[in-house]
Amino acid sequence: MRIKEIAEILEATIEVQGDSLDLEVEAAFGSDLMSDVMAYVKDSVLLLTGLVSPQVIRTAEMMDIKAVVLVRGKKPDRCMVQLAEEKGITLLSTKDTMFVSCGKLYSMGLTGKGVRE
Amino acid sequence: MSGIIRLHFELPGNDLMSAGEASSSVKKKLNQLGINPAAVKKAAIAMYEAEINAIIHAGGGTLAVTITKDRINIVISDHGPGIADLDLAMQEGYSTAPDYIREMGFGAGMGLPNIKRNADRLEIKSAVGQGTTVEITVFF
Repeated sequence: MRIKEIAEILEATIEVQGDSLDLEVEAAFGSDLMSDVMAYVKDSVLLLTGLVSPQVIRTAEMMDIKAVVLVRGKKPDRCMVQLAEEKGITLLSTKDTMFVSCGKLYSMGLTGKGVRE
Repeated sequence: MSGIIRLHFELPGNDLMSAGEASSSVKKKLNQLGINPAAVKKAAIAMYEAEINAIIHAGGGTLAVTITKDRINIVISDHGPGIADLDLAMQEGYSTAPDYIREMGFGAGMGLPNIKRNADRLEIKSAVGQGTTVEITVFF
């Protein structure tokens, strides 16, 4: 699924465009805990989080995650935006909760693959 | 790749905004050198968690990296409070981090286990009241 389609499904605003909205992702991971992202994610996934912190972008960078969705209407602060722009990471914001966001994307075909069991 | 590459970083204490910059620079360097992506990711995760630890628990420290043909060696040293019970600290879920660290998405007791999982070789030396040195090696 392309990042552009994910933004449409979640009626998300594009806070930072990143390298490409046409990039394809097959799987997603939802967590507010960045250490869990590093513990469980194996492949390049979409990250959904309610955490607003530059460390979200740092974690994405370390994990080769190219797109992040902020859930529950969270908006990135200036530091987060700046870092995402620098690293070419797409940053979206949706009013949906974590549960609803994940449910919508799962039902449209995104999987939980790429995660350590 | 020929020769040995050495990199050195100061990790400023309690500067949560810049936490991760050293690891970011090293990851970029490894990618430029054409190191295989799986090894780069392992090194990046272990290094980033250790960098965060030094900044949040120990008020900063230093990060020294040596890259040779077949491995990366990362040494993170601090003069913080040290780890009283290393076996306990290595357990998933055990944490002494304050709440503001949790607000950054860390401090849930996954850091050291994450480092161990990604390091091919790990040595931790710690003395209470003196500090901690974490040495991580990842083979390419």
